[in-house]
Amino acid sequence: MRTSTTTWILTTLLGWGIALVMFFPIFWMVLTSFKTEGAAIAPQLAFTPTLESYAEVQSRADYLSFAFNSVAVSVGGTVLALAFAIPAAYGMAFHPSTRTRGTLLWMLSTKMLPPVGVLVPIYLLFRTVGLLDTRIGLILIYGLMNLPIVVWMLFTFFKEMPNDILEAGRMDGARAWGEVWYLLLPLTLPGVASTGLLSLILCWNEAFWSLNLTSSAAAPLTTFIASFSSPEGLFFAKLSAASTVAVAPILAFGWLSQRQLVRGLTFGAVK
Amino acid sequence: MATLQLRDIQKSYGALSVIKGIDLEVADRELVVFVGPSGCGKSTLLRMIAGLEEISGGDLLIDGCRMNEIGPADRGLAMVFQSYALYPHMTVRQNMGFALKLARVPKAEREQKVAEAARILQLEPYLDRKPGQMSGGQRQRVAIGRAIVRNPKIFLFDEPLSNLDAALRGQMRIELARLHEELNATMVYVTHDQIEAMTMADKIVVLQAGRIEQVGTPLQLYHHPANLFVAGFIGSPRMNFIEGQVAGVDATGVAIDLPSGARVGVPVEPGRARVGGTATLGLRPETLRLDADGPLAGTVRLVERLGGLTLIHIDLDRDGPVIVQIEGSDGTLPHQAVRLAIDPTACHLFDEAGTALPHLTRHPLTH
Repeated sequence: MRTSTTTWILTTLLGWGIALVMFFPIFWMVLTSFKTEGAAIAPQLAFTPTLESYAEVQSRADYLSFAFNSVAVSVGGTVLALAFAIPAAYGMAFHPSTRTRGTLLWMLSTKMLPPVGVLVPIYLLFRTVGLLDTRIGLILIYGLMNLPIVVWMLFTFFKEMPNDILEAGRMDGARAWGEVWYLLLPLTLPGVASTGLLSLILCWNEAFWSLNLTSSAAAPLTTFIASFSSPEGLFFAKLSAASTVAVAPILAFGWLSQRQLVRGLTFGAVK
Repeated sequence: MATLQLRDIQKSYGALSVIKGIDLEVADRELVVFVGPSGCGKSTLLRMIAGLEEISGGDLLIDGCRMNEIGPADRGLAMVFQSYALYPHMTVRQNMGFALKLARVPKAEREQKVAEAARILQLEPYLDRKPGQMSGGQRQRVAIGRAIVRNPKIFLFDEPLSNLDAALRGQMRIELARLHEELNATMVYVTHDQIEAMTMADKIVVLQAGRIEQVGTPLQLYHHPANLFVAGFIGSPRMNFIEGQVAGVDATGVAIDLPSGARVGVPVEPGRARVGGTATLGLRPETLRLDADGPLAGTVRLVERLGGLTLIHIDLDRDGPVIVQIEGSDGTLPHQAVRLAIDPTACHLFDEAGTALPHLTRHPLTH
């Protein structure tokens, strides 16, 4: 009994310790955003909170326009990825061929290539077809960028589904689309939802492509943050304020959907 | 109205051949049962008829039309799965109406057909429940209801009762037989349970290793098995086999000498049996009798008393182990020395290749 109490205390302390270490940068960022630039440089906890940086950030850039772009490209990229991944994962999960395994591994292998390796060709392509600094361009890139992960996740969720049910649907007269729409998607909804949520979060936080392919018209919040680390020097308070308002929506979204996310990611494991 | 014809149907996975040429005719309104041990290909054959497995060779005809390349949705068949395969997110009503919804049947007509099927299967109180809230027997009825609602040409059943407990299985067997009569439909039924096969079938197809061993009515298979496999597979307890030597062949039958020296004259056509060759004598447990003057001697090893029946396991002195089934409760005790009498007309004889030698007179119910 005593050992278990001790163990309990130790694991609790350890858990809290790790959580605090991980959370500290975010906490510090939020704290810094309420300081003056002077106070931001010195690491102090006691200070007079001010909204000065937020006002400055708001006056220098149109937050809402960046936020709108972030929402548009995240949702667009996710919808695009799902639209391609659902049929792909259905095909591979329920009508596998001898090349299915290879295809899956090949898709994953594309994630092993550093994005910068294809920056120049993609930049030139985008420039030629006029997709630079457009939301459509970013949606395309984000959708394709997340496609392998989305296919893999959906594939594992679809694999959990008993084939009998789809076969029963086929006997009942369902074509491939009917099977997917009436049976597969409703029954794997937790998995599909968590895949979509993950894709949304990945798109929202993506910085490499948005910094390189957009400047103003289609620039999302990651570009907004970057615009506050200027060549004249780092202004920590303003940078923190910009970051806070940029990550706040996705943090809130993640917080609200955490139950769905956890349920989806452990789907099957705890059936 | 629906007939089904299989012409040299084959299935192979790469080099592995699992169905090796099946020819079969299923007449309109017939209930045909595929029976055989695990892995004999009976489920694969059913799934090929359904369209869920591709056909590697041969022709599948429904009502005379070749269906090999037609998808399952367009063959006009309905299937009841072993796992029920109900749609867990839909209510019973939606489960049964799904096919009609896909076929764009107007809602009123759909409701009416579902209500009719629910009435036949006594599912009316459960129409708004989901499958998860129902017992195994009820789910099975929903699965059958889903098939009925479609009014299919042919019903396919893939071991539908094997997930139910024994009592429920007996009850569902009777319900299915009643349903077959009420719906007047052609049905193909797969099972490994020979009681289901014997009680429900108009025609039984015994399969082994991807081939048909014999096709016939239940009583034809029981009284006139074509070979050792069918003889051993149909009937419970299993037929006893004793290998012996052919001692004589004449117009009244074939005589065989058992290892113990006993001679049995069986009234069968000689076929390929030659004096001096080996043959196997088949004795159904229910045709053997305990008789102090009988020709076979042995010791009782085990007695199973089922009340109405008694199964006596006997080690014969030279002829190997046999089971004797006696009606009523018998007082025989283990380790007791007993003698057995044989009714030669009820015996079966198989040649060296395991093929049955045909009886000179057929059982009156098997013409």
